[in-house]
Amino acid sequence: MSTLSEAFLGAPAGEYVDREVDIAFAHDGTGVLAREALREMGVERLPHPDRLRLVFDHIVPANTGTTATLQAELREYAGVSGIALSDAGGGICHQVMSEGVVRPGMIVVGADSHTCTLGAFGAFATGVGATDMAAIWASGETWFRVPETIAVNLEGRLSGASEPKDVALAYVADLGMEGATYRALEFVGDGAAGISMDGRLTLSNMAVETGAKTGMFYADPVTVRYLADHGVAASPQVPEDSHYERTVAIDLADIVPLVAVPHRVDTVCEAEEVAGTHLDQVFVGTCTNGRYEDLARFARIVRGKKVAVRTLVFPASRSVLSRAIATGVLADIVDAGCVVGSPGCGPCLGAHAGVLGEGEVCLSTANRNFKNRMGVGGEIYLSSVATAAASAITGVITVPEVV
Amino acid sequence: MQGTGPAICLGNDIDTDLIIAGRYLRTKDRSVWAEHVFEDLDPMLASRLSGSVIVAGRNMGCGSSREQAVVALREAGVVAVVAESFARIFFRNAVNVGLPVIEASVACTDSARVAFDLDSGWVEVDGKRYPARPLSEKMVGILRAGGMVPYWRSCR
Repeated sequence: MSTLSEAFLGAPAGEYVDREVDIAFAHDGTGVLAREALREMGVERLPHPDRLRLVFDHIVPANTGTTATLQAELREYAGVSGIALSDAGGGICHQVMSEGVVRPGMIVVGADSHTCTLGAFGAFATGVGATDMAAIWASGETWFRVPETIAVNLEGRLSGASEPKDVALAYVADLGMEGATYRALEFVGDGAAGISMDGRLTLSNMAVETGAKTGMFYADPVTVRYLADHGVAASPQVPEDSHYERTVAIDLADIVPLVAVPHRVDTVCEAEEVAGTHLDQVFVGTCTNGRYEDLARFARIVRGKKVAVRTLVFPASRSVLSRAIATGVLADIVDAGCVVGSPGCGPCLGAHAGVLGEGEVCLSTANRNFKNRMGVGGEIYLSSVATAAASAITGVITVPEVV
Repeated sequence: MQGTGPAICLGNDIDTDLIIAGRYLRTKDRSVWAEHVFEDLDPMLASRLSGSVIVAGRNMGCGSSREQAVVALREAGVVAVVAESFARIFFRNAVNVGLPVIEASVACTDSARVAFDLDSGWVEVDGKRYPARPLSEKMVGILRAGGMVPYWRSCR
């Protein structure tokens, strides 16, 4: 039987296909280059502007005059070309797309490597570069090599203070940074049903850290309910007995809080092993862990306490922020002494708003700890939200307790 | 498509943050990327790139989708990138900006003479020939045109 990738792309693994795309989006970084490519290509009219989105998330609000000017040009282009724009403060592209835009079965391309996040909906969602995106905007389609698929089989339920991010770090460590290059991941098994949509988005998000094109879940009643809450009708997909290249088995009950240590995402150890590591900054947010459930989990741990280290919290979108205000989660975070930033990528890529200094150490809920990524000479450890919260309170890497 | 140049050997898992750091992305001036390419890996590397062939290990260009990484290499004068395997977005980006990418497993020594022929599907290092993984017809077409922009213009 076919894998989800084979079903959606309509051909067996290994074949090259041209496919129309349902949604194609870029952000303030890649959008500028896509716009330049369209100009050089001589493309004036886009055939399906209703399928396209621009989302300003990477450096928002603009940090310099140059950035502001580039964003102003792109903003003007959005208006002229009819592309819907989510401007500064709207949130991270993948989160904005997860709030009722992407539906099961869609072919989704984003000019950002973490577009695989949206595979959580049972969609074929993958990242491309800026010139690829320009050609997609101009033609409405692109080429794909239908990937082979690796199954990540989830059994049981998470226990203790473990959360989906720990599962993500576990499968990245298992596969390695190139273990799924040119391939797709499918998250299957009885344990998948017990993971919320926010948790699935976290799991799918890190697929690219193994080199994978996308990381997909089958749409199920959890997906359908989530989309209904966002005003979208959808149906569950029926899991098939598919042919997988290999299977990575994860018993969720065995998962303990994990940390990826500098400078590789796949060098993962138990949080216990690096407990006590001095921190200069804690960063909670990004397309991995900036969702409402993440902020709520963080707030439960820091409520009524004070953070002992500079702690930055960036909600993934305006709607996440709005809900956190309505439920009191944001007040808990602010009262604990955290810095709250505007919805967007924040300091994840080291371009603004929380750049590390030489020798500084950050515990981050993001997805990448590459050398110098958050600032020259800075060191990045990656963890779950609960580990980040427990560590913010103590100022050193700390194993979270069950709350 | 053929080419030749002295090898610059790199290791596995060279990420796009190392090729061009996030702090240099906000510009349309391509010379900025060429100037700062590989700065966080080896600040002396940029000056050696012109006319060279990069020979990397596995998972070349992993991480961010930033196209500035392949443009930086092209603008710095890199003739081609050979690697045992590529991160897929980097691979597509390279084709789209007209930078030849060759998937082959080769033994590399710095400054060795590298030659390649994409049409015949081989790469040579110091005279020793290795097979290269064939590209799809479309990828060859885009590369031969010099990238997606000229390819698009020639098709319309």
